[in-house]
Amino acid sequence: MPFLLKVSGWIDRISEALGWFAIGCTLVMVAVGSYNAIVRYLGRYIGVNLSSNLYIEVQWYLFSLIFLLGAPYVLKHNQHVRVDILYSRLSLKGQAWVNLFGGVLLLLPLCFVFLYYSFPAVVNSWQIWEQSSDPSGLPRYPIKTMILVAFFFLGLQGVSEIIKQLAILMDWETTRSEVSQ
Amino acid sequence: MIEEILGLSMFVGALVLIFTGYPVAFSLGGTGLIFAVIGGLMGHFDWILFSALPQRVFGIMGNFVLLAIPYFILMGTLLQRSGLAEDLLETFGILFGRLRGGLAIGVILVGTLLAAATGVVGATVVAMGMISLPIMLRYGYSPSLATGVVAASGTLGQVIPPSVVLIVLGDQLGVSVGDLFLGSLLPGLAMASFYLLYVIGVAIFQPKKAPALPPEVTDMSKAALAKRVFLVMLPPLLLIMIVLGSIFAGLATPTEAGAMGVLGALVLAAINRRLNLSTLISALRSTVELTTMVIVLLLGATLFSLVFRGLGGDVLVEDALTNLPGGIITFLVMVNLLVFVLGFFLDYFEIVFILVPLVAPAILNFGGADLLPMEGTTLLVWFGVMLGVNLQTSFLTPPFGFSLFYLRGVAPESVKTTDIYRGVVPFIIIQLAALILMIRFPQLVTWVMS
Repeated sequence: MPFLLKVSGWIDRISEALGWFAIGCTLVMVAVGSYNAIVRYLGRYIGVNLSSNLYIEVQWYLFSLIFLLGAPYVLKHNQHVRVDILYSRLSLKGQAWVNLFGGVLLLLPLCFVFLYYSFPAVVNSWQIWEQSSDPSGLPRYPIKTMILVAFFFLGLQGVSEIIKQLAILMDWETTRSEVSQ
Repeated sequence: MIEEILGLSMFVGALVLIFTGYPVAFSLGGTGLIFAVIGGLMGHFDWILFSALPQRVFGIMGNFVLLAIPYFILMGTLLQRSGLAEDLLETFGILFGRLRGGLAIGVILVGTLLAAATGVVGATVVAMGMISLPIMLRYGYSPSLATGVVAASGTLGQVIPPSVVLIVLGDQLGVSVGDLFLGSLLPGLAMASFYLLYVIGVAIFQPKKAPALPPEVTDMSKAALAKRVFLVMLPPLLLIMIVLGSIFAGLATPTEAGAMGVLGALVLAAINRRLNLSTLISALRSTVELTTMVIVLLLGATLFSLVFRGLGGDVLVEDALTNLPGGIITFLVMVNLLVFVLGFFLDYFEIVFILVPLVAPAILNFGGADLLPMEGTTLLVWFGVMLGVNLQTSFLTPPFGFSLFYLRGVAPESVKTTDIYRGVVPFIIIQLAALILMIRFPQLVTWVMS
């Protein structure tokens, strides 16, 4: 089924891009974090409050983006921690069965539940144009929307992983090279 | 009755799924879902509880304690990737190498210094093992001593500030990370000193096991050596002391100190001409991977505990733990045994996320007893440090200890597995002694807080 594998390849590319975005966020977060620390110090030293809620909130928005957008990327790179005492002794196909069942019965329902129950909260946030309760804080609706984005793409990467497991289990010939990438 | 069965089977279910090898985060969350369905069908679980999910996720996103995690991971990986760790080991080797046991002393000191870099047990043990094990073996160290030192020092960093696992523990216990850092400082350094004493003892009484380096290796003029120590050893040492000091003095929050620490690590790497694009990107990439892994695990555990609480499991556990026959002693023995055994199979973060929220409320009920003359935050800090030391011991204990597996992976064929097992035994004894001392004399942890 080369078509499914193509789909899997497209999804992988999206997750990869999200991961690089998260990597960029980490670098920016360092800059913003040290700026906040220095400014708070300087402000105390000269007796003027220089800190701005804006940058303090930017800092945790960036932190959120790291793991929200990093989640599908980390799934693609198989870096979500496993207890591999038994897993590492399974054959390639045995491992594929574990990942197939896990993907269909655990990961996808989880993403669905998080999406389903977060959706009303996000919609509500947009309806009231929810803002930070602190002066000069940021709007909340964009970052809350990222919860939906994160679980959507995590689920999507889950689908891609499921396709790869099927490829292993059904010996789709053309796929070997693509799967091992 | 039915609640007890549901609560207990939730734990068993989670363990079974985790053992299939599917990622722990999704196994935990998935167990939550499965039992929400079962509990819902039996009329014991109300799905409306799930409407709290977005609020929980959002709470984790805006959590100012967890915010420090990427900074400390990045600081540690930058120090490691830019080769500073290797330089440190080498310099310590030259500095102490002319003494018997000197190399092992160097490994212990580096393990203590690089605490910030310890996120996942495996990473540090692997890094230290790859760098220092071949050197020690080449110069005639006994394989069991060499592997024992690496396994123990590689895990020691977890209980020494500013380790990332202490940050997570602080969040889950609801105590300030600064307090936890302070509380763990003395026990951590004490254990490092015990390790050192043991190595010195071996060097004195069994000199063949820990020979000195041949003179031609350590041959270096005093001036050159002094310069090298100054350039290689002092900067990272200073960096870590400034980061910790500013937290302890209350000058900076852990997050601020972490951000500045990253800046410092970048400057250090740049000065040593070790900062290039590929180092930076690979450090950032592992920061994203580790941070994401920890937080996604927390998200899975959040769903698990939401359902567990919805089924009334938390009340059951607290009641059971508080009303144990034998009171506090049975409680401590049970919790320690449980953590020790879980440590064979699960990594630090899983145990902290699953277990700590359940047992922490119970320990508060025991505060003020003869054995534990403290309450509230102080008690929680002591409890956290004790759990940390216990877990570290568990990671060292054959045949299941985590760090032993990782060490086996990087050790050369010539090192027998039994060498590794034999090598860690003295360190396990040190650990257990430290654990018992901490329980008997809680002041070791709490003296700084009163």
